[in-house]
Amino acid sequence: MNNGTAPIAAADRQPSAIAETVKSGLRRRHASELRLKIYGLMAIGFALVALFILLLSVISKGYSAFQQTHINLEVYFDAAKIDPDGTRKIDDLRRGDYEGVARTAIRSAFPHAKGRRDRRALGKMLSTGAADKLRRMVLSNPKIIGTRQHVWLLASDEIDMLRKGYAKRNPDGSATKVSRKQVAWFDALAKKGAVERQFNWRFLTGGDSREPEQAGIWGAVVGSGLTMLVTLLLAFPVGVMAAIYLEEFAPKNVMHHVLPLSMPGILTGTIIGMAQALGETAPLLMVGMVAFIVDVPSGITDAATVLPVQVYIWADSPERAFEEKTAAAIMVLLAFLILMNAIAIVLRKKFERRW
Amino acid sequence: MNTSITLLVVVVLTVIGFYMGRRQALGAADGLPARLHSLPSYYGYYVAIWCGLPTLALLAAWLVLQPIIIDGLVIGSLPVAQQNLPADRLGLLLNDIRNIAHGEAASETSTVVVAAANRYNELTNLGNWMLAACALALAAAGLVMARNRIAPGLRARNLVERVLMGVLILASLLAILTTIGIVASLLLESIRFFDKIPFWEFLFGTKWSPQTALRADQVGQSGSFGAIPIFAGTALITLIAMTVAVPVGLFSAIYLSEYAKPSVRSTVKPIMEILAGIPTVVYGFFAALTVAPVIRNAGEAIGLSVASESALAAGVVMGVMIIPFVSSLSDDVISAVPQSLREGAYGLGATKAETVRNVIVPAALPGIVGAVLLAVSRAIGETMIVVMAAGLAANLTANPFEAVTTVTVQIVTLLVGDQEFDSAKTLAAFALGLVLFVFTLCLNVIALRIVRKYRERYE
Repeated sequence: MNNGTAPIAAADRQPSAIAETVKSGLRRRHASELRLKIYGLMAIGFALVALFILLLSVISKGYSAFQQTHINLEVYFDAAKIDPDGTRKIDDLRRGDYEGVARTAIRSAFPHAKGRRDRRALGKMLSTGAADKLRRMVLSNPKIIGTRQHVWLLASDEIDMLRKGYAKRNPDGSATKVSRKQVAWFDALAKKGAVERQFNWRFLTGGDSREPEQAGIWGAVVGSGLTMLVTLLLAFPVGVMAAIYLEEFAPKNVMHHVLPLSMPGILTGTIIGMAQALGETAPLLMVGMVAFIVDVPSGITDAATVLPVQVYIWADSPERAFEEKTAAAIMVLLAFLILMNAIAIVLRKKFERRW
Repeated sequence: MNTSITLLVVVVLTVIGFYMGRRQALGAADGLPARLHSLPSYYGYYVAIWCGLPTLALLAAWLVLQPIIIDGLVIGSLPVAQQNLPADRLGLLLNDIRNIAHGEAASETSTVVVAAANRYNELTNLGNWMLAACALALAAAGLVMARNRIAPGLRARNLVERVLMGVLILASLLAILTTIGIVASLLLESIRFFDKIPFWEFLFGTKWSPQTALRADQVGQSGSFGAIPIFAGTALITLIAMTVAVPVGLFSAIYLSEYAKPSVRSTVKPIMEILAGIPTVVYGFFAALTVAPVIRNAGEAIGLSVASESALAAGVVMGVMIIPFVSSLSDDVISAVPQSLREGAYGLGATKAETVRNVIVPAALPGIVGAVLLAVSRAIGETMIVVMAAGLAANLTANPFEAVTTVTVQIVTLLVGDQEFDSAKTLAAFALGLVLFVFTLCLNVIALRIVRKYRERYE
């Protein structure tokens, strides 16, 4: 087929020879057919595997951030530390030395640790969030002052990493960022059943923090929501009006026919556009929206951060514990994107018209 | 009076205007809509527009002008000594005055400043009241005037539609003006940069170290703005990305459009397009924390020294991101090749592979080239992946295992720094942005032209 002289050449040969030539050519041609098919399958396979690895690496790194290590300790709510003046007023109770209470609790679990350094190291095993929990307990029920209670207290991020197996245990008994003695204490606590991973509500409901174990995503979620709202208010009217001007000329037609009929399409396009805006990061870095913001924003004029920027900030943080937080934040971000796209697909399916 | 309350009152008046206009029109027609030129609601819109539109315009103009006028008046009321301060000091003083006026902390709280802050508050208050009075008067005047004009013969619909058209044109202009504004700011800042650094030195210099002196008396911090290493780094990463994206995208497009069953095609295509929907910051995380360590470990295992921010990691991940872009564009152009060409080839006894190689790809080639060029322009402009996974130091190398930097990375790092805005360091970001903009614009124009030319051939 690709050679004009072939029929003349073939006429000189015996029929069996022709068949032989065609046959051998066919084998080659089918092989090349197969090759192209395999290349195509390999290409698709590569893309799908890349997507799979991407999602797998995010999920396998991030799922553990939805749990946080807690340590069960017997806490003595020492009146001398919480309310030294004995007034029992809310303002005084709020100022109490709860960190001291938490430190005492973990030290009394290991009475053998005597030296200053050991006692410090013991205190370091708890998060500063532990004191917050004790403060909340006292404020909600001041009667517990003076009693002893078993309380699950938030562990520090290093201990959390050790519990989750991310901190590598060294041959000498220590582990990454955790000293030999701390590892021993941790193992002793774990043996008693006093170490537990509990669901990390703080991650879903709290704002950012310098301490990985206390960092939350809710501030960024709200920030993203508010940013989306402003984006929508700006882009939707201008975009739709510009499109109407460019495509249609009779406003009456527009109001009565075009807009109602195209609204599902417009909505679908808007949601998909919003989903794109939700993942947008680089322009926000330029305008300086890379700030450390603890409080959940309550209005569009408050300082805020958004999900992708939170991902960027955490990805840049040196603490190992922030890596799982980053991946978990990505999971939240992707969940939002999937949700938005699912809504768009449902809308399109529901309102799809065939003319 | 608070401005938002004023706005609310105006909106309420506008709504009232609508109903008043409609009733007035129906009344004027003795309750018979047929005697009116337009539908009754158009008379309502007519009154509402006269009531609301001029007032909203006034509100907008007032809110822009009021702070400027008040600043001028407050400065005018300051003692002469302060009035003659240099512009930046005066700006700081004004800031303090505003902060005190808003009840926030200020760096200076002398009696002069406090007095000025009080004056500032008085003026703001006065201005807000005046605004409220003017706005309400204007809204009421518009309402009454429009209402008086209503008569059965008034061509309300035409008037309303003309206003609507104006609003629509304004919306279209807004989008165009934004683009013009962006280009203009790029150009103006770049010109300021090229005042400090010669154009040719920027474009063809081979040393990039944008650290300029914070103070004039610092030594050895003159900065050097030769952008060649940055362009080379961008080209290297783009090349790696294309090496991944073009074959994978092209072969999957060929397979999906020529070999795959419709059911396979309709499942695989959306899944591949998920890759295009994933935010770039996620790819950045993937490149920096998953791919880069793997590449580094693999390189070390065979005795290569690989930087942890190697061009290879960023490039490969960027390539993965662009796969769906290449594949769906190529898919479109391959599908656009007329069926008759395929059938002709099959009729001559060609296998599918031969048809693809000798007929379809040559016919679709301009479109494929266009798709690749569009993909290149995306790769060049991509920011987050390289910000997170590529290096910062300008490094003139072609070794994919070393760290290189790109135009977008440099723009981010130059702008995120805390230098003053007119230093050469910050302005360099605009010059880089201009180069990026011009280059990708040219690529897009060429690509679209090729694609269009190709389309014309078969339709």
